[in-house]
Amino acid sequence: MADQLTYNYKVVRQFAIMTIVWGIVGMLVGVFIAAQLAWPVLNFDIPWLTFGRLRPLHTNAVIFAFGGSALFATSYYVVQRTCHVRLLSDTLAAVTFWGWQLIIVLAAITLPLGLTQSKEYAELIWPIDILIAVVWVTYAIVFFGTIMKRRVQHIYVANWFFGAFIITIAILHIFNSAAVPTSLLHSYSAYAGVQDAMVQWWYGHNAVGFFLTAGFLGMMYYFVPKQANRPVYSYRLSVVHFWALIFTYIWAGPHHLHYTALPDWAQSLGMVMSLILLAPSWGGMINGIMTLSGAWEKLRTDPVLRLLIVSISFYGMSTFEGPMMSIKTVNALSHYTDWTIGHVHSGALGWVALISMGSLYYLIPRLFDRTLYSLKLVEVHFWTATIGIVLYIASMWVAGIMQGLMWRATNSDGTLTYSFVESVQAMHPYFIVRFLGGAFFLVGALVMAWNIWKTIAGAKPATATIPAPAAAH
Amino acid sequence: MDASLIQSVWTVVVLVLFVGIVIWAWSSKRKQDFDEAANIPFHEDEKPTEHTSKENSHG
Repeated sequence: MADQLTYNYKVVRQFAIMTIVWGIVGMLVGVFIAAQLAWPVLNFDIPWLTFGRLRPLHTNAVIFAFGGSALFATSYYVVQRTCHVRLLSDTLAAVTFWGWQLIIVLAAITLPLGLTQSKEYAELIWPIDILIAVVWVTYAIVFFGTIMKRRVQHIYVANWFFGAFIITIAILHIFNSAAVPTSLLHSYSAYAGVQDAMVQWWYGHNAVGFFLTAGFLGMMYYFVPKQANRPVYSYRLSVVHFWALIFTYIWAGPHHLHYTALPDWAQSLGMVMSLILLAPSWGGMINGIMTLSGAWEKLRTDPVLRLLIVSISFYGMSTFEGPMMSIKTVNALSHYTDWTIGHVHSGALGWVALISMGSLYYLIPRLFDRTLYSLKLVEVHFWTATIGIVLYIASMWVAGIMQGLMWRATNSDGTLTYSFVESVQAMHPYFIVRFLGGAFFLVGALVMAWNIWKTIAGAKPATATIPAPAAAH
Repeated sequence: MDASLIQSVWTVVVLVLFVGIVIWAWSSKRKQDFDEAANIPFHEDEKPTEHTSKENSHG
């Protein structure tokens, strides 16, 4: 069959294009709600446009629509190219694409209507949750089915990270979304009280660990070596990196529940495991960056490589900041402040978005048999995005620490020095800077979309032949 | 067998397992296999430039 001689690039192309589309939608909503915080009048007194409804729309769009599509695109590409075999089934792959798009559209309809399970990063109502579970299991079948029929004996490390991400997200999603429906649109969580909180943050933090980290590390282990044209710095370190990350991440969730009704020992365990997590995180960061060892001059000439390497630097930065913030005494200051928001965005914009965008700059020309329209525009994108991230996280550091200090300040008679609204007022200039940072990042994404559009306009979809079995050992 | 004993044993098992993985990964026997594995992405290359139409090169 002719199909079996080529890779399935169609589904990769579809997900790659939708990554850019959903990225812009999600970031636009983000910039809009950042503006709402600075200028609340932008609510327009319309319930569908209030912050409480648009914020989950923003997080779902950037994490699951943008990040998710990027993960589907890259994992389908990498698994084929490192296993020398076409995807297990074109039909099932198409089911994952259309199913995932349907979920995104349903999310975009239900969230502004105020339909929510009110679990952070798991807001979608139960019928959509079931659809997610079905699509995700299909994804697992396609991915692992492809690995099982591989023609290269060794399973390349990027696939280990993608595989761990797929399995873990299936488990997290199914357990955390367990609920008792009361109607088509409403349900109660299957867990109660502090158990519900613990299950939620076991899910929530591992969504960070496996959705936003392991999967994107899979990208790092393929696209950084390919773009730099040299193998990963240390393959043995990548093996230890993988197992260390898997063993530790799963325990870090309780740091989201410091000083709550969660038992103290569980809080302390979560803090210790979060601190240990620094080791595998930095092991991975070093492995990614040192891949360029001996070829640093490539950073001067190749803006795509620079995007990838800077994303790994942000990964290192936010995985240092995270463990520090999980220390209970630090958390006593940082929790519930905008410092957390800054931390999340240094990871989300700096690491997740930049590594996805760098990977797309590598991927899309190959999927359409074209060279990039303009490397200059990649350079423009790189700088606007970087300036945007720096504005965002610096303003949130200042805002967050100030908030924390204002909330805990007391007078000599024990009364609070500041009322809550005074701390809100003090945030105003930083909210404006944050809005500008987000706007810069969005402009960078628009520059990318234009560049990609000019690259693929009129191009014919590429087909790539699978090398003869002799190439495999 | 109470729960805390099972937890302690499990902690030790996982630690030993992890140390085992580290020793295995750094054993000199693995060197050649890992070098080959690291080169899997380079077994084939797909430079888009080879098939590029000329009007499409502003880069």
